[in-house]
Amino acid sequence: MTIIDAQGLYYRDLNQKIREAVAEGATEIVLNNVNGQYFIGDGINKPVTITINGVPGNDLAAFMNGATIVVNDNAQDNIGNTMNAGKVIVHGHAGDVLGYGMRGGRVHIRRDVGYRVGIHMKSYEANKPVLIAGGKAGDFFGEYMAGGVLILLDLFSDDPEKPKHGFRFGTGMHGGKIFVRGGVDEGKLSREVGVFELTDEDRQELEGYLKEYCRDFDIDYAMMAKEQFVKILPLSSRPYGNLYCPMPR
Amino acid sequence: MTRELKPTHYFQKDISNCGLTGFISTAGTLVEGSVIIKSIALMHDRGNGLGGGFAAYGIYPEFKEFYAFHLMYENGMALQLTEEYLERHFYIEHHEEIPTRRTPAIANPPAFKRYFVKPLQTAEYKEAIEFQNMTDEDVIVRHVMGINNEIEGAFVVSSGKNMGAFKGVGYPEEIADFFRLEEYQGYIWTAHNRFPTNTPGWWGGAHPFTLLDWSIVHNGEISSYGINKRYLEMYGYLCTMLTDTEVVAYTLDLLIRKHGLTPELASLAMASPFWDIIDALPEDERQLLTAIRQCYGSALLNGPFAILFASNEGLIGLNDRVKLRPLVCATKDDFVYMASEEAAIREICPKPDKVWAPRGGEPVIAKMQPGVI
Repeated sequence: MTIIDAQGLYYRDLNQKIREAVAEGATEIVLNNVNGQYFIGDGINKPVTITINGVPGNDLAAFMNGATIVVNDNAQDNIGNTMNAGKVIVHGHAGDVLGYGMRGGRVHIRRDVGYRVGIHMKSYEANKPVLIAGGKAGDFFGEYMAGGVLILLDLFSDDPEKPKHGFRFGTGMHGGKIFVRGGVDEGKLSREVGVFELTDEDRQELEGYLKEYCRDFDIDYAMMAKEQFVKILPLSSRPYGNLYCPMPR
Repeated sequence: MTRELKPTHYFQKDISNCGLTGFISTAGTLVEGSVIIKSIALMHDRGNGLGGGFAAYGIYPEFKEFYAFHLMYENGMALQLTEEYLERHFYIEHHEEIPTRRTPAIANPPAFKRYFVKPLQTAEYKEAIEFQNMTDEDVIVRHVMGINNEIEGAFVVSSGKNMGAFKGVGYPEEIADFFRLEEYQGYIWTAHNRFPTNTPGWWGGAHPFTLLDWSIVHNGEISSYGINKRYLEMYGYLCTMLTDTEVVAYTLDLLIRKHGLTPELASLAMASPFWDIIDALPEDERQLLTAIRQCYGSALLNGPFAILFASNEGLIGLNDRVKLRPLVCATKDDFVYMASEEAAIREICPKPDKVWAPRGGEPVIAKMQPGVI
């Protein structure tokens, strides 16, 4: 195990050290006293586990391809931008624009998430990203989503008074699916999406995702499974096709 | 023959995007400047060295009855004309150079002086008070606009009581070093790290922007600047700083001090919800917000922003209505923190009681406890 003290370390120097450790074949790296360093884990394409003690800076795990990152505190904005494979586990809350253009792997957040979570996630054949938020979410959840799976649990919020999700839910969504525990506020959904019941196939798929999430956070799956889920799907694969002028089909 | 292939891109991305941070002790505890410097310096890479600045409240207790004018002079003539102007209109209790430190990071700084003043009972002053229904604050605003607009090379950096703004071209930690900010103590501090996008990186264009004891730091861009500027001109506010953020300072002065709106209502005017969301509200709220939007359409700030605005009354954080810029808040005992990144808060408050990201358009208001100042 490689331990790096990140106290006061400039982000470039810290990431250099992480890359060197990965190149030397480290399988477990622990970063202590992290606070705000950007780009941790970006582009790492080895199956290494990086444990972060502290608050990592923006753009965590961007372009990551196969590594696992465990954050034992809160995290900031832009986690998993265009991530290809691997996993990010955040034990606290996280910020805006999570999983931007994500194309594979898992992002598991224990508590609340911010605005524009899952924006333009996509999938192709075996590459299917899954992002699970354990608390509540801000506006534009699943914005422009093109593929993959987004799950909102509303179980572990920092603020019980806050609504489960924000306005403009699924704006521009044209692929993939969203599961929400305990239903959605239909007044806050965008015109591009509809609410559906889960099929048996959905239930089976969802159970697999949730059991993995429960293992990561040591949560009892039975407690989570008590409540019903709904499924949000896009009503069209091309919602803005006729926005400027009618297009031939 | 070998062919040299040049790279098509420079892959070391410049990640700048403006950063802000601020905190308040609602119990009036005085905090040294080193604390806010530590917080903003953590977000060094959000700026590019073309602007840094600070606002501090509670720093001039010995002159707290006087308006503290921080003046920036680009030349000796500006200084001379401004001092003649000030002597004509003000009783000057005390004046001095703002202490600075020569540092290699700051090239060619302008000159800075401060004046602790009260309006003189001139004929012009009596006319304003007795016949034009103006207050002392209105008179100060008129003089600030007068100096900024009429004296070439002189700019009022701040003009409130018991507060001051310190700003310039450089990274914020360099500006702090230049102005020796570690020597000041305040109960509210805000700081800004600038990455100018649309307007020049000059000394007057650094944040905060101020008027009376209002100060604004801002990350984003005010796309509605033209509309806001023309609206404010009707009420005598003249925009002279070449930067969008300036309109926020004057809009707050107009809405809160002149029109008597609460900070909550002023925030709703500047970052109104969309019509479809207003229409879905309960009837009394719908009517209120409809009236606010109809009345203050020209005060609406369009475009992405996160701002912190402070006065001697407190500190407020506000995002645009769709949250296109980051803002995180935290509390610890009587302290409230607001910043672009949680790490900037955790750097100076490692274990906050609560950390949260406010909704777009929802102001976070931290008021001084009654009677502490």
